[in-house]
Amino acid sequence: MSFSVTEPTNGTKWFAGILVVAYAVITIIPLLWIIATGLKSPADSISYPPVVVFEPTLEGYVNLFTDRTRATEDMLEEAGPPQTWYEEIARERGTIISGPSRYGERFLNSVIIGFGSTALCMILGTAAAYAFSRFRVPLKDDLLFFILSTRMMPPIAVAIPIFLMFRNLGLNDTHLGMILLYTAVNLSLSVWLLKGFIDEIPIEYEEAALIDGYTRFQAFYKVVLPQAATGIASTAIFCLIFAWNEYAFAVLLTSGTAQTAPPFIPNIIGVNGKDWPAVAAGATIFLVPVMVFTVLLRKHLLRGITFGAVRK
Amino acid sequence: MTTSPIQKVADHTPHGVARKIRGLSDRAIAWIFVAPTIFLLLAVNIFPLIWTIRLSFTNFRVNRPNKDVEWVGLRNYERILNDPDIWNTMQATAHFLIWTIILQVLIGFTLAYLINKKFKGNDLWTTIIVFPMMLSPAVVGNFWTFLYQPQIGLFNYVVTFFTGGDPADFSMIGDVRLAPWAIVIADTWMWTPFVMLICLAGLRSIPDSIYEAAECDRASKWRQFWTITIPMALPFLMLAVLFRGIENFKMFDLVVQLTGGGPGNTTTLTSIDLKREAFEKWRTGYSSAYAVILFVTVFGLASIYVKALNKVKER
Amino acid sequence: MKTKMMITVAAGAILASGLSTAATAEDLTLCWAAWDPANALIELSKDFEEKSGHNMSFEFVPWPSFADRMLNELNSGGELCDLMIGDSQWIGAGAENGHYVKLNNFFDANGISMGDFIPATVTGYSEWPKNTPNYYALPAFGDVVGWTYRKDWFERPELQSEFKEKYGRELGVPASLDELKDIAEFFQGRDIDGTTVYGAAIYTERGSEGITMGVTNALYNYGFLYENPDKPYDLEGFVNSAGAVEGLEFYKELYEVGTPPGSSNWYMGENIDAYRSGQVAMQMNFAFIWPGVEADENVGGGKSGYFPNPAGPSGQFAQLGGQGISVVSYSQKQDAALEYIQWFAQPEIQAKWWELGGYSALNAVVEDPSFATSQPYAQTFLDSMAIVKDFWAEPAYADLLIPMQERIHNYVIAGEGTAQEALDGLVRDWVEVFEDEGKI
Repeated sequence: MSFSVTEPTNGTKWFAGILVVAYAVITIIPLLWIIATGLKSPADSISYPPVVVFEPTLEGYVNLFTDRTRATEDMLEEAGPPQTWYEEIARERGTIISGPSRYGERFLNSVIIGFGSTALCMILGTAAAYAFSRFRVPLKDDLLFFILSTRMMPPIAVAIPIFLMFRNLGLNDTHLGMILLYTAVNLSLSVWLLKGFIDEIPIEYEEAALIDGYTRFQAFYKVVLPQAATGIASTAIFCLIFAWNEYAFAVLLTSGTAQTAPPFIPNIIGVNGKDWPAVAAGATIFLVPVMVFTVLLRKHLLRGITFGAVRK
Repeated sequence: MTTSPIQKVADHTPHGVARKIRGLSDRAIAWIFVAPTIFLLLAVNIFPLIWTIRLSFTNFRVNRPNKDVEWVGLRNYERILNDPDIWNTMQATAHFLIWTIILQVLIGFTLAYLINKKFKGNDLWTTIIVFPMMLSPAVVGNFWTFLYQPQIGLFNYVVTFFTGGDPADFSMIGDVRLAPWAIVIADTWMWTPFVMLICLAGLRSIPDSIYEAAECDRASKWRQFWTITIPMALPFLMLAVLFRGIENFKMFDLVVQLTGGGPGNTTTLTSIDLKREAFEKWRTGYSSAYAVILFVTVFGLASIYVKALNKVKER
Repeated sequence: MKTKMMITVAAGAILASGLSTAATAEDLTLCWAAWDPANALIELSKDFEEKSGHNMSFEFVPWPSFADRMLNELNSGGELCDLMIGDSQWIGAGAENGHYVKLNNFFDANGISMGDFIPATVTGYSEWPKNTPNYYALPAFGDVVGWTYRKDWFERPELQSEFKEKYGRELGVPASLDELKDIAEFFQGRDIDGTTVYGAAIYTERGSEGITMGVTNALYNYGFLYENPDKPYDLEGFVNSAGAVEGLEFYKELYEVGTPPGSSNWYMGENIDAYRSGQVAMQMNFAFIWPGVEADENVGGGKSGYFPNPAGPSGQFAQLGGQGISVVSYSQKQDAALEYIQWFAQPEIQAKWWELGGYSALNAVVEDPSFATSQPYAQTFLDSMAIVKDFWAEPAYADLLIPMQERIHNYVIAGEGTAQEALDGLVRDWVEVFEDEGKI
């Protein structure tokens, strides 16, 4: 057993633990409130004063995935008795389901665009970061700053030219267009973060590989990449979170085909004004993939971030 | 400046081997690796920027396709810089920017510092703390309006539970004095984890050996904190400030969903104002000039900042 | 009991022209706002798909981004929408910038007469320039601001007697805006069944058009005019007349004495929520919500009543909402789109539209003897449609709306300056817009 002078005492650990847990509990309340709202009935969701204890229902989820119409008696007769549990929920409100909602499509669009742009961003970003880290790229510092500066532009400011440009190229409201756009926006963050990670990998490893007869590309591929994996994973999380949740470009540049979920969720309307349970259900489901992705890569996230253990 | 790695390798490599490894030259690889990124950024970021600059000297309006486009020189810029409303939105933005950064850095760094004490279960709680930043800002803004509702929201009930009083006594987004804080709170709730993660990375990058050495010198914990922890974590802290600063300068989705810029113009941040000019009034030329001014401002501030950051890093 | 809508056969003569089934089945896209009536339109359109063989898709954009998204689409000559149910204020831009197809010839050829529609909707949704027979849309959805109130609360004997004691009149539907304010004040902060309730939910939203759509209901009735009736674009003394100032002050007072705390950024959805959850005794809202109120488990089924915007010292008006349906000139499928309009204009489709919760603007529907009693709110809808006024529908309407939102919100909600200053400022802003436009 080794004893380290830097190991905090048990008292310190308890103190730190209690504070962190307290913060975590407070910070999670709004999130739990969203999840709970998804399981409320429309009346409970806006109840005055707010209710903490309520009878859970899947109505919000049914409303999220279906379009409903307020039914006249004729229509109810014509439709016959409800066949499924979700139809039954709709009928209780005097509505009939007229078809699936667009949420499924929007969600799928988010998956394609979010994960697609993250993958592309990692490929381009790792390559560029490696080059900036290892080679004498002309005007390196200026280029790096240029890359960062592209992130400073408010999306609204460039939305008009991008809109016009995309239309000319036929990229408007397409998955490819949005993937390219999000990749470009994310590249600055990823090049910066990845360069930091790659800087920390000792050059000696590659030198050894080069001496062993590897080409430069092989050295990058077989030596650097595996060592940078944790850094890449944690960078990927940040990129995914951004691309997954982006709103301003999505609301201005997409509509029918490639619209993602964020512009869609806050405005889900039911048969009587805003449908808060459905909005909350939509937000909850939308959170799941990123949450799973992050929890799966949790070790990488924390280890990746500790990468710079040896600094020069 | 260090010598280039390839040079180093070459210096340490016997002649025969050196020749063999050149293969695809480093220069070629460097270009192959950097070019796609640069190309994409040029196409999607720089080209529109140049277009925006061009438009900023015209009276072009997207919603008047039949009207002739005229060059108006610097008139758009003149009008913007002489408009007192713009300075108000700049102030609102500065308030938002400064307070979110202060709060997020303070809370984020404290959390990272505490988590770094490696108590049992720290990575579970870290993961939980990180959840808010995974939500969509638009959804967050939307839900916080709901939470801030004095009658049906949770926020006032929770606050008055601790402070006493009636939940209907105050309204976070209805009151001109509270609204600027309402957006600060929501943003801080959402983005503190981001700052925390970067700080944690910084703290964990400090080798134990430095503390061990300090311990041998009988430096107090307090002294260690100020002479080791803070200076070593500073580049990371500054990086966090840079990213939050840039992001919040552009802030749009969360605030637009939360307050719509109100009450009055209290929370009309520059991006919201810009969006009104560009996509509601459709003054394309004017709003392009506005965008350029914003860009120059943030670019200028950021370049000074990055210089400072590099200096701190080199230390 | 349910009333079946009976439509006179005579009006159905238009049908005789029939629906010519097109040689090729097209995929038509209809663009509208994402809201309750849109769901009903999907249901209604199934009949069109069946009869015409065309396929309908729908693009519904949420209200807060509806104008941005759709005007962006139109301005860039996009082909996404074949049919557009655009907001009433867009008609000027749609006509002058050539976004919408002019429908006069089509109407003439197919026997569709604008005389068959509620006059206010024709002026509001179809004509440009206003009051000239140039049509760019068919009235699709009639809408107007009116009031909903808690009949069950109003009818409580103890409240009635207390009210009478205090104000010397019965607690009931207010006859004037002043009376409405009294009622709001009466309910403000009152304890009803253990919860604190408030007077009225009114429009105060900052971001899009909310507070403008609300405050105009007070301004019109106190004497506000958009321009000199004899001299177009002459604003001074009309927009900021003494009456207009009084109207604006009234709205601020109503906000201060009779609305729920925190209702500083409320529009349609927030008002519905406040009303449904039992926070308020009254709400201002567009008529489209009334079918939903009737069906609501908490406030529906006879617990709610409806009344048109009450009169003020200078008359009785109400803010017009609603939309017309237009054919987008960039569409490649204009013939099929026109077919849809032809189908939509038929009396029995319009009757079914009303039945599903869509406010038909067809006279044959609303003048049918059974209409007024078909729903508890039907008469209120008719009364309200008779007193409508709309905001500017100029091509520059958005430029005119933004300063209004800002000036009004600054004064009413943020409490900056005086009403006179706010309206004087508005005149300056509007004059500048019209000068830019070359109208003055």
